[in-house]
Order: sequence, then structure tokens, then C-alpha cells
Amino acid sequence: MTKERIYRWIFSILAFSSLFFLLGIMITLLVQALPMFKKVGILEFIGGKYWYPTYDPASFGILPLILGSAMVTTGAAFVCIPLGVGSALYLHELAGPVQRAIMKPAIEILAGIPSIVYGFFGMVIMAPMVQRFFGIPTGFNAFTASLILGVMATPTVCSISEDALNVVPGSFKEASLALGANRWQTLVKVTIPAAGSGISTAIILGLSRAVGETMTVLMVAGGAAVIPSSIFDPVRPMTATIAAEMGEAVVGSLHFHALFAIGLVLFVITFIFNIIAEMVSRRFRERLGLGR
Amino acid sequence: MKKIIIMCGHTGIMFLFIALASSIFTTTLKAGQLTITIKGSTTVLPIAQATAEVFMDRHPGVNISVQGGGSGFGIASLIDGSTDIADTSRPMEKNEVIKAKSKGVYPHEIIVAKDGIAVIVHPSNPVDHLSTNQILDIYTGKVSSWSSLGGTNTKIVVVSRDTSSGTYEAFEKLALKGERVRPDALTTASNKQVAITVANTPGAIGYIGLGYLSSRVKAVKVDGIPCTVKTVISGQYPLSRPLFMYTNGNPRGIINNYIEFVLSEEGQKLVREQGYVGISGHNGH
Repeated sequence: MTKERIYRWIFSILAFSSLFFLLGIMITLLVQALPMFKKVGILEFIGGKYWYPTYDPASFGILPLILGSAMVTTGAAFVCIPLGVGSALYLHELAGPVQRAIMKPAIEILAGIPSIVYGFFGMVIMAPMVQRFFGIPTGFNAFTASLILGVMATPTVCSISEDALNVVPGSFKEASLALGANRWQTLVKVTIPAAGSGISTAIILGLSRAVGETMTVLMVAGGAAVIPSSIFDPVRPMTATIAAEMGEAVVGSLHFHALFAIGLVLFVITFIFNIIAEMVSRRFRERLGLGR
Repeated sequence: MKKIIIMCGHTGIMFLFIALASSIFTTTLKAGQLTITIKGSTTVLPIAQATAEVFMDRHPGVNISVQGGGSGFGIASLIDGSTDIADTSRPMEKNEVIKAKSKGVYPHEIIVAKDGIAVIVHPSNPVDHLSTNQILDIYTGKVSSWSSLGGTNTKIVVVSRDTSSGTYEAFEKLALKGERVRPDALTTASNKQVAITVANTPGAIGYIGLGYLSSRVKAVKVDGIPCTVKTVISGQYPLSRPLFMYTNGNPRGIINNYIEFVLSEEGQKLVREQGYVGISGHNGH
């Protein structure tokens, strides 16, 4: 009896500890970001066009950083959705056991490559290639970063989508085929809609990985804090800014608090992503009558 | 039963860690009999750190604490007595000297290294000299094409460093005279990365510490003077500056030993390894 109680306690503590960490991080972010908003104001901070934190007078406008993050994430979506969902469909519908045995581990290994390796690959190989191929001034831009982020998010999208396809009840497919629909019609009209919630969740989680990715964009995106006018412009996403500047920002200075404020904005964005993912999957479940 | 034994094992390991941590803590306290404090410029910080590490290895009874904070902070700390050595990337100003003397501190200046910043372009770029004004115009965005500088009609890709970098700080002071870098400049995290970017980008211009020059990039003459160890040491090269350590009066005892080590051939070798120019000996690489 007592032994059982001890285990109960241990596991309760473990389960709740992630909640404590979340709370701790949220409080730290808020407390450290607050001085920034008091001094500059949220609108001026989010809507400001110039990021010159160390000049005198300093300006703390993160609009170029937000747009930089938005641009590389959107770009990554164009890469990871076709790649990720496409390979999930292939694995689920077409692949034989041999192809599966090769493809699945390969995609999983892709997820295990450290981001610094992606970044280095992008810096040394991809960026010069992009620069030469398109004949543009520099290969360090949102396009190259999007390509690499897209590849990085692909394993997440693929493996969660495949799980979603696997939980579609076999009876759905059988019923559709029995009614005379061919394989393609069954896939498009029955299987994909039924797995829609899972696939949407997969995409959103993949993109929230892309928006939070730091090392790669720090090395490849170019780091120019300017509002991008094309996908071939260098950008400076929010994560890269924090990583590049936190080490040297004087603790307690306005610059220091500004970096925390950027962290808070990022946190809110990924938080919204997660809520949307949750809402989407709920709506689909209700429509299909699958319950929870 | 087995699980409980494993759990006990875990607690044992925890205690071991605590014991280990506390023993490390007490040894640090014991070793602090002779302490040197160094504070100041982040540019000189790598030199202070590298030399302090080797010096502490040689003299196990000595503990050197190295801190950044900036040149001004270092000097202020020297004046209020909270540091033994102040690192600076500029000579002390007159009013700082007056303030120091009024508090009974007599600053003694030692040049420990020189900082030379090479302006680099892609080897295929026909431009091989620029004036300081042209560099200013390029970095602030007044000039955007190589054609007006004697080059081909290509867009200039401006490569800069993060504002926290010491090289950036020096470049801002020496070349930009405090003006803002154009916002669409690429920013990179290290001297090496600037070199890689410029080596791979035909229209690029960047700046790096003299120690990072290689054959993959071309250093331009600035105001007609090539960036070499010689011109940096003599001070002719415009984008160069001496780096200082200040002590209160002539350095004595262990502080003197440390300064002598920094100025020794071995210390200067560490200086060059950090990408700076030594004030004596061989600077070849």
C-alpha cells in the first residue's frame, strides 16, 4: 500500500513538473519583458520598422524580425507540406514492406540531424548554389532558409500525418471501395478527409518547429533586419536575433529586456499555433463522430 | 524489491553529485589566496582570457577573474579600486586621468596588442582600393553599386557583424564614425563567417580581423595603405588601433608577473591566436 503511494507521488510530481517549468518560463518572460513595454510601448515595439538596439538613440522595432520569421515559415510550408504529406500518403497507400523498411528510418534519421549541421550545409553548399542558380547578389536569404527549414520540418509532418492515416478505420475504406469508388477517389474523398485533423495538426506542429528554429536561420537567412520585399531578400528572424545578441547584451539594459520581449512574442505565436492545432483536431473529430 | 534497490542507487548517485559539487566549491575558495581581477573592454577580453588561463596553469596558487563590461566600465573599476587591471580598446581620456589622480590612482598604460581590421572583397572584384569615405558611404547605404567605385555594374552586398561583436565595435568607431549600418546589410556571427560569405559572394564587401585574412578573399587598400602587420603596428593603416591594459602605478608582484607574461613571446603568440596583431615578434601566419 505504502509502496503504491510512493509511486503515485513520484509520478504525480514528474507529471506536474512540466507544468511548473511552463509556468516558470512564462513568468520569467513576462517579468523580463515588462520593462521594455513600459518604456517603448507594445505598438511601437511590434510595429516599429527599425531594429538598432545598440545605437544612440536606440530603436526597438521588431516588425522586420516578425516579417522575417513569417516569411521563412511560409516558405517552409511550401516545402514541408508537399514533401511531408506526400511521403506519408506514399508510405500509407503505395509502399510495399521493402520500401517502408527503407523510407521510414530514412525520414526518422532526417529528424535526428542536429540543426547546426543543416545550418552548415546551408551556409557552405546551399547558399552559393542558390546565389549562382538565380543570379542574385547573395544566397543568404529567406529562400535558402525556407528550403532548409522545410526539409527540417518534413519528418514531423510526415510521421504525424502517417499516424493519422493509420488510425482511419479500415471500414471507411472498405465501404468506399464497395460502393465502386476507385483507389484515387477513396484516397481523396474518404481517407484524407477522415485523417484531416491529424494531417492539419502535423502541418501546424511542423511549422511551429520552423518558426522556433534558431541555428539554421542564424547561419543562412542573412541576418538583415529589414522588411523583406521579396523571398530573395536577406531576413533576420526573431530567433536568430535573440541568439545573436543575448550573449553580449548588458544584463538589465533595455536591449536585454527587448530580447526577452521578442521571446514573449515568439512564445505567444507558438502558443496560438498549438491552440489552432487543438481546435482543428477537435472540429474534425466531432464532424466524423469519432469522439476523443 | 528490485525497484527499491534501483531507487536507492539513484539517491546514492545524487548524494555523490552533491558531495562532488561542494568539494569543487571549497577548492575554489582555497585557491583564491592570490587573486588578480581584470575588467573592461570586450575587445581585449579574449586576450585576457587566453593569457589568464595559461598563466593560472603555470601558477597554481593564483586565481585570475576576467570580466567584460566595456572600456569605460574597466576604467571606472580601476578608479574605484574594484579591479587590478583595466582592459581598454582606447586610451584613457583626460578627465578620466584627472578623476583617477584625485582618488589617488595613478594609471599606468601598457599596450598589449594591436587591432587591425581588413576590408575584404571577392577576389574577382577589380576594386582594390577604397577611401575611408567610400567605405563609410558603402556601409551607410549612400553607394549601392560597384560601378561608381571603379568596379563592374553589380550590386554591393554589404556584410557586417552583429552589434555585440568587438570587431563591429572597432569598425563602427574607426570607419563609420558612429553612423548606422544600412538595415539590409547581412549580419554574421563571426570573423570566419564573414570570410566565408565574402569568398562565396562576388559582389560582397566585409571586414575581418587581420588575423583571419586568407587567399580566398582580397583585402583592399584603405586610403592607399595595405592592411599588413607592419602598417598596423606603425599605426599608418587607418582601421587600426592599439589595445591597452591599465594598472594602478607600475605593476608589482604577481600582477607584474602576469603583465610580463602577456608581453612575452608566449603571451603574444596567444594574442595572435585570438586574431589580433602582436606588438612584437613574428606575426606571420
